[in-house]
Amino acid sequence: MAVIYTDNNATTRVAPEVLEAMLPYFSDQYGNPSSMHKFGGKVGLKVAEARERMGRLLGATPDEIIFTSCGTESDSTAIWAAIRSNPEKKNIITTRVEHPAVKNLCEHLSKNGYRVTFVPVDRNGQLDTDFLYRHLTDDTAIVSVMWANNETGVVFPIEEIASHVKDRGIVFHTDAVQAVGKVPIGLRSIPVDMLSLSGHKLHGPKGIGALFIRKGTKFSPFLMGGHQERGRRAGTENVASIVGLGKACEFVATKLEEENTRVKALRDKLETALVKTIPNAFINGDVAHRLPNTTSISFEYVEGESILLLMDEHEIAASSGSACTSGSLEPSHVLRAMGVPFTAAHGSIRFSLSIYNTEEEIDFIIDKMPPIIERLRSMSPYWEQAVGKP
Amino acid sequence: MNRPNVDLIFPRRVFKNEEALMWEYTDNVKKHFLNPKNVGIIEDANAVGEVGSMACGDALKLTLKIDDNKRIVDAKFQTFGCASAIASSSALTEMIIGKTIEEAEKITNEHIADYLGGLPKEKMHCSVMGRDALEKAISCYLGEPEKKIEGSIICECFGVTDFEIERAIKENSLTNVESVTNYIKAGGGCGNCHEGIQDIIDRLLIQEAPSKKEPKRLTNIQRIKLIEETLEREIAPALKKDGGSIELVDVDGSQVFVKLFGTCATCKKSQLTLKNYVERKLRELVSEDLIVEEVS
Repeated sequence: MAVIYTDNNATTRVAPEVLEAMLPYFSDQYGNPSSMHKFGGKVGLKVAEARERMGRLLGATPDEIIFTSCGTESDSTAIWAAIRSNPEKKNIITTRVEHPAVKNLCEHLSKNGYRVTFVPVDRNGQLDTDFLYRHLTDDTAIVSVMWANNETGVVFPIEEIASHVKDRGIVFHTDAVQAVGKVPIGLRSIPVDMLSLSGHKLHGPKGIGALFIRKGTKFSPFLMGGHQERGRRAGTENVASIVGLGKACEFVATKLEEENTRVKALRDKLETALVKTIPNAFINGDVAHRLPNTTSISFEYVEGESILLLMDEHEIAASSGSACTSGSLEPSHVLRAMGVPFTAAHGSIRFSLSIYNTEEEIDFIIDKMPPIIERLRSMSPYWEQAVGKP
Repeated sequence: MNRPNVDLIFPRRVFKNEEALMWEYTDNVKKHFLNPKNVGIIEDANAVGEVGSMACGDALKLTLKIDDNKRIVDAKFQTFGCASAIASSSALTEMIIGKTIEEAEKITNEHIADYLGGLPKEKMHCSVMGRDALEKAISCYLGEPEKKIEGSIICECFGVTDFEIERAIKENSLTNVESVTNYIKAGGGCGNCHEGIQDIIDRLLIQEAPSKKEPKRLTNIQRIKLIEETLEREIAPALKKDGGSIELVDVDGSQVFVKLFGTCATCKKSQLTLKNYVERKLRELVSEDLIVEEVS
């Protein structure tokens, strides 16, 4: 039986048209885009074309984009660039629900001379923007706020936040790894200075990311060496992946409507059915401002790893915010920042869909989940107490 | 050209699809998780042990039926937790049914882990939870008063005391904070207590040190050689500073006969030098029972 893949916020399937576009650059088109000869120059043109394709998706000019090795490198590049360009400023503002790529770097910096302000979220995972605005100071080197949360799918009001931050003349970066390809990104009108994205979250290959750097933003390279990317990111271009990422940008642009209609409808069907048929289950996050493909559902009194392993028996792939699956002993920092009680945080399951999911698959999950939860609850010492003895 | 067989140096591991889980669970863990034995509650149980909490992420309620001969005739469990917590609980019930409580008392968390063919190290705390529940159930049966929390809380996140940390370190020969976290969760939250845990490890290591330095039994030749070396390397240079020197004459059992030259030999304090210095050094570095005698 084929896998039913609902873990697209972890990674996505490479679109067949993306793979096809990449293949020549693994075989006969092996030139170095920096070479003087036509054989390399031809490849250089394809890199330029990929940059343009990405620009069209984001609303950016090609020279505002540099290719990196992943979303994490883009995030690190942006934050280091801001603090190196403003060496006298010692405050960083970010949120309590960032991806580890930003969170762990900021925690590291907080132990090395920086004052980091972590903006809290409310019970729905929505950002306390007033808190953020109150804490903007002349000492703030950068504000970094994710566009959409990977665990709950909650989308932050980036346009409003970026405008406020820019009014104070402070650099604004957003980790848009989960947002690009799922919601429109209009950088012509949204005053973001830097934006990170990752190829494998939008049906492109792994090992490639990009950073948008608005013209005029003070910058300092993260990787130093050759003159590639106009001196902003050294290292021979990962040509095949860049071409693939360009193609993926074009591909998701054509699928954006489907993502926000058909995929969204499947997600809504899935979560509505599960919350309705399974008692003590609820959705985590601001349902009105969410990515169309993501739902985080908590099943009280059961533990996420056990749920995932029983789902795996049916070849259903998803993920959990439980402690056991995070490799640590504490449940997801995102759910804890939201104040989700422990009874529910340990039993949270994230389903993240894509255009490749079918209604049949969703019906299959809707059919298989209730007995899984019931089975684990029948083993749980808390379930009887919670519902009262039959 | 003769090339070395790389496979012999770096044995190839065969990766099987069914191993492709986030944790490397053994077949036995999977079996006990997918088809757990003895799930439920014994209504007329005469021993109950409850450990863990929802906040901690796992909890186990163990109920036992113990007969007049102090034999466990039935055991059931309810567990909230991950696959290895459920498997450990199931294994525990299988292990104890039919045993007397004296026999059951001897079960350690290692036994539970072994019964399952091993647990990933990050999951050892699941086996500790099983052992703790069993202990509590037996105390309950024996009518022992509910044990007060012994010691003081070190890990605030998971409510673990120094007493429990010490016990885990001793029973499982743990040597670092990470392994303590794997076994009893202490230190797995905010991380503020890592220093406190390290202090306990250091303290136990020091306490253990003398017993570890069990006097090695030396053969006669080894003993004499060691005395010679020690005199040459450690003692002679020190005496030389005072213008003296020392020569080994004989060793008889625990008696070491030495000859002293130079200022030491005529020094009235030579007796003191020998007793206080040479003997102390030899006892420290060779053997506790050595007696130094001066010959002329």
